[in-house]
Amino acid sequence: MTSSRDTVFASVRRALGVTSQEAPRRQEVDGRLAGHPRGLVPARAQLPAAERLALFKDMVVAAAASIDHLPSADDVPGAVAAYLRGRNLPPTILRGGDARLASLPWHREPNLDVWIGASDGRQLAGLSHAFAGVAESGTLVMLSGPDNPSTLNLLPDHHLVVVDAADVAGDYESVWTRLREQFGPGVMPRTVNWITGPSRSADIEQTLLLGAHGPRSLHVLLVGGLLVGGA
Amino acid sequence: MSVEITSPRFKDNAKRALADVPLQAALSKVGPGFIGKRTAAAEKLPEFDALRDSARDIKNHTLAHLDLYLERFEEKVKAAGGHVHFAVDAAEARDIVTKICRDLGARTVTKGKSMISEEIGLNDHLESAGIEPVETDLGEYLIQIRGEAPSHIIAPAIHLNKEQVEEDFRRVHAHLAPERNLSEPTALLAEARGELRQKFLVADVGITGANFLVAETGTSIIVTNEGNGDLTQTLPKAHIVLASLEKLVPTLEDVSQLLRVLARSATGQEMSVYTTFSTGPRRPGDPDGPGEYHVVILDNGRSGMLGGPLKEMLRCIRCGACMNHCPVYHAVGGHAYGWVYPGPMGSVLTPALIGIEKGANLPNASTFCGRCEEVCPVRIPLPKLMRHWREKEFERHLTPAPQRYGLAVWGFFARRGWLYRPATGLAMKLLSVLGRKKGRFASLPLAGGWTGHRDFPAPEGGTFQAQWRAQKAARNTRHANRDARP
Repeated sequence: MTSSRDTVFASVRRALGVTSQEAPRRQEVDGRLAGHPRGLVPARAQLPAAERLALFKDMVVAAAASIDHLPSADDVPGAVAAYLRGRNLPPTILRGGDARLASLPWHREPNLDVWIGASDGRQLAGLSHAFAGVAESGTLVMLSGPDNPSTLNLLPDHHLVVVDAADVAGDYESVWTRLREQFGPGVMPRTVNWITGPSRSADIEQTLLLGAHGPRSLHVLLVGGLLVGGA
Repeated sequence: MSVEITSPRFKDNAKRALADVPLQAALSKVGPGFIGKRTAAAEKLPEFDALRDSARDIKNHTLAHLDLYLERFEEKVKAAGGHVHFAVDAAEARDIVTKICRDLGARTVTKGKSMISEEIGLNDHLESAGIEPVETDLGEYLIQIRGEAPSHIIAPAIHLNKEQVEEDFRRVHAHLAPERNLSEPTALLAEARGELRQKFLVADVGITGANFLVAETGTSIIVTNEGNGDLTQTLPKAHIVLASLEKLVPTLEDVSQLLRVLARSATGQEMSVYTTFSTGPRRPGDPDGPGEYHVVILDNGRSGMLGGPLKEMLRCIRCGACMNHCPVYHAVGGHAYGWVYPGPMGSVLTPALIGIEKGANLPNASTFCGRCEEVCPVRIPLPKLMRHWREKEFERHLTPAPQRYGLAVWGFFARRGWLYRPATGLAMKLLSVLGRKKGRFASLPLAGGWTGHRDFPAPEGGTFQAQWRAQKAARNTRHANRDARP
C-alpha cells in the first residue's frame, strides 16, 4: 500500500509543481482548516427567530414531510399516539434511549407501546430526537450515538422526529458551530444524517414516488417557540 | 457491469440510438423533466449564481493544495479508527476492495450508487471472486439485472420505460406470484423495496461512492434520495467508500456551499433527501453502524490532469446538469457515448481517462451551444475543454483523412485572402445560379454528410465577407452624412 500511496502523492506534487513542504501553502491550509471560514450564506437563512421557524415549517412541508407544532415537549407522547391513530397504525413505536425522549411523560398514553433500541426493519414507526433543524431547506440534522441508532432514521415506514424550536438554525453553518462546541474541533459523530423529507425515487420514468428504501412518511414534532396567544 | 468501451463507434451508436423508438420515447422526457426544475430552484435562491462562484473557488483552492488536504484527510480518518487506501489505477482499486471483502469472508455486498465503481468495473471483478454485488439504488438495480451500464450519472436507468422494468422484474423475481399486477410504477417500486430490503439485512459489506471527502474531519459524504446508500453503509460489517481524489474539500463550511448548488443543479431540489456524513466505524456503545470503515482513494489518471489545461474538469461535482441540458445527449442518450461518463462532462473526462485514441469522437459530439457551461454549478468551461481535445486529436493525426485534407485545402485558401475571396465568391455565385429555381439542394458533391439528412440552402448572393464590406461601407457613408449635418 505504501508504494501506491507514494506514487499518488508524488504524481499530485509533480503536477502541482510543489514539494508539500512550502511554509506559505501549509499556513494557508492550516488556517483554513482551523478557521473554517463561512462562505456565502443566503439571506433566507438569516431571518429572525419567528420568521425562521415559519420558514422551517414551510420548507419541511415543501419537502413532502408533515409537521406538528407543539407548545411543549410534554405534548409529544399525545402527538405520537394521535399520529399513529390517524394513519391506522398499531399503537407501537420504537425509539432510542435518548434522555430527551426518556424524560417525556409517556405514562399519559397508557395504550401506547414504547420500545427502546435499534431497528431491525420490522417496526412500522420510529421516533428520534434531532440535534438541529435547518430552516433554509427544512432539513433535520440527526447524530448517531449510543442512544440514537441510525437505523431508526431509515428502516421504519414512518419516521417521527422531535426537534426543539430553540435548535432550529437558519443555516447549516450554525449547526456546524454547535457541533464543534459539543464534540471539539475537527471531530464528528460516526454518522450525521441530514434528512430533508421522506425517501423517494424518480428512477422509473422520472415519476417521483415516496418510500423508495427509507421511510414513506416523515413527521416532524416541533416543540416550543410558539408565540403567546398565537399559533 | 464492467463496461466495454464503444466510444470509438460513437457514430454507429448514435445512429442506432436515433432509430430506437422506446429509447427516443424515454429521452424525450429528459429535457422537460430536468431543465424546468433546475431553473425554478435557481430562481428561488437569489444567491444561486454567487454560490456557483463560491463553489468554483472552493474547488480551485482545494485542487491547488490537494497534496496537503489529502494528507490531512488521511490523518483524520485514521484518528477516527478508519483506513485509507490509495489506488493508482482501476486494477489496484478492484484488488483493494476484493481483499477487504475476502478478509471479512464476505459473500454478499450491497452497493450504493457509485460512478467510480462503474469506472473500475468492480461488479464483474467481485463476481469472479465469488462475491455477489447487489446494486441498491433503484436505477442501478434496474440496469444491473439487465446487464447494462448506466446511461446517466444521476439517473442511471433514464433510458428505460416501465414496461421494460416490468418485464425484467417478472424474469428476475421469478419466486413471486406471476399474476401480480406490476402495471404502475408504485407497484414496481414496492417490489424492488421488498426484494432489496432482504439484501440489506444479509449483506456482509456495504460499498458506497462519495460526493465529497472533508479534510477537516476525515468524513465521507453521500447524497441520495432513496436512503439506499445509508442502509448500505449502516447495516453490514464494513463500509467501503470509493472516491476519486478530486472529491476533497477543506471544511464543513466549504461543503455546505457546494451542497447548496448540487441538488438544485441536479434535480431542482432545495436539498436531496439524505445527505450523510460518515466518519470512521461504529463507536463504543453504538447500537448500529459498520464495524470497519475504509476509504479507497482512486487516482486513475486524475493527478496528471492537475497540472494541465484539463484541471478545471476536476472541479466537477457530478450533478448531471450538463447532460440534462445537452441537445446531443437528448438526441442519442448516454449509452451512445460508449463508456461510463456521458454528455458534455463525459466528453471531456473520458478521453483523459481512456485516451484520446479511443475517446476522440466524444469531444466532437457537441454543437458548442454552450448550455452545459451556462448551467455548470462549478463553472467548468466545457466547450473550451472539448475544443482542447479536438486540437489534440488534430495534432496527433487522429482526425479522419477526408476531414484533414478538407481542412488543409480550406486552410490553404483561408491564409491567402487574395485567393480566398475570389474563390468563395465564385463558388457562391455558381451555387446561387444553380439553386435559383428551388432555393435548396437535395444533394451536392462533397457535402453528402449534410445533404443525406437535410437540404442545403442555396446562397442568395455574395459571400459573408462581401456583404460585410458592403454594409460597412454603407454605414460609414451614413455616419459621414450625419456628422456633416450642422
